[in-house]
Amino acid sequence: MIEVRNLTKSFDGKTILHDVSATFETGKTNLIIGQSGSGKTVLIKSIVGLVRPEVGSILYDGRDFMQMDAVQVKNLRKEIGMLFQGSALFDSETVLGNVMFPLSMFTEMSPAEIKDRARFCLERVNLKGADDKYPSEISGGMQKRVAIARAIALNPKYLFCDEPNSGLDPRTSILIDELLLDITHEYNMTTIINTHDMNSVLGIGENIIFINKGYREWVGDMNKIYTSANKALEEFVFANDLFQKVRQYVLQNEHPGAGK
Amino acid sequence: MKRVFTVPDKWRIFFSRTVFEISKLGVDSIPLVIVISIFIGAVITIQMQLNITSPLIPAYSVGLATRDIVLLEFSNSILCLILAGKVGSNIASEIGTMRVTEQIDALDIMGVNSANFLVLPKVVGFLFYMPILVAFCIATSFIGGFFVAAFTDIIPVSRFIYGMQAFFQEWYVWYGFIKSLFFSVVISSVAAFYGYYVRGGALEVGKASTNAVVASSILILLLDVVLTKLLLQ
Repeated sequence: MIEVRNLTKSFDGKTILHDVSATFETGKTNLIIGQSGSGKTVLIKSIVGLVRPEVGSILYDGRDFMQMDAVQVKNLRKEIGMLFQGSALFDSETVLGNVMFPLSMFTEMSPAEIKDRARFCLERVNLKGADDKYPSEISGGMQKRVAIARAIALNPKYLFCDEPNSGLDPRTSILIDELLLDITHEYNMTTIINTHDMNSVLGIGENIIFINKGYREWVGDMNKIYTSANKALEEFVFANDLFQKVRQYVLQNEHPGAGK
Repeated sequence: MKRVFTVPDKWRIFFSRTVFEISKLGVDSIPLVIVISIFIGAVITIQMQLNITSPLIPAYSVGLATRDIVLLEFSNSILCLILAGKVGSNIASEIGTMRVTEQIDALDIMGVNSANFLVLPKVVGFLFYMPILVAFCIATSFIGGFFVAAFTDIIPVSRFIYGMQAFFQEWYVWYGFIKSLFFSVVISSVAAFYGYYVRGGALEVGKASTNAVVASSILILLLDVVLTKLLLQ
């Protein structure tokens, strides 16, 4: 479980996050949603420590990240896997090399064991036969899978995903979403996903934190989202006609009388 | 800076990366060094001959002047200026691209000391390989000069070779090697610095690579003056 308490962060005098508090639960896919520029990337980067917030605390299962020294941070990071928006695969390494990288860097396993583990991770994300290709030679969806395989190679307790679906077609997006959901349940990880893809929100949102203009506006899950009375959330999630119709339909058939 | 020069996380990986960098930055530069050196060696010889056409100056001084120019300045300072263009832009653009595509963030998140992991093998590898490049440069420059003596009639071969050996000062060779070691660190570390702190996108990577070459060239020339004053006087 990761707890964020009263986080405030500003850049050049402009406050991006205002006193944000949130709880990310273990074994669930925790979604941070919000418009572009609402501060969700800053929030996720603050949690992993790429950005240092001015005020607040971040507790990894009770361990305060802000109070840690360099060695403790280094050790904690071995429990963290992160999936970047652009996949951030190492161009100079093959697919297999990319997944083997954290293993050879941080474990004492023999080269054969490392290879086995890397192959296992690649199979887990349903990627076979691309071991010797370079990241530039495979498609965006495959790159995302490799990045997921690399992120889970060390069996992390915490998995962070920065917009895992950006630039992917809807079908591939759903596959990636389901993969993340399965992995989260299978390894009982604390998964935090940063997204503005409504398919993800309604499909795998087990715990949703809605950020609007730097404030934490709403917390709930994908079932409560239909009945939420929050105006900003409703405008954001059900932005187009189709989603509005879906909402009306769900409200009439599954939650009669709610959200009027 | 402090994060670059720390003990590597894993020595085995550090060594394999250093070997990789040696082959990429060093061995791959050999063809360039050889081509440039042969031509410049030949040009120096011809120009020396043109300038020293006085009956008062012995013919062998062409060989002597060629040798000293190559040893004192061309094989280290000028070579490093050229390598700053090739190696410096390579390092800056590689690390800069890794920065803008979040690969460096990915390393940091994994708990890898990214500055150390990326920069130190380059600095160490290039430092180790620099003397070899200088040696190649000296040898091929002399061969270039020899070709001029052998295939044209502007200077007899025997005079040229005698000049090459006359009044030889061993210190000049060491002076050249010492300078080149300093320059190699300047090239790799300045380029890595510019690459590592890129912010933005592809355009900024290009700018960083240009700035790295300009800054390291200026630093090389500055250092050239300082080291020459310290080592030769």
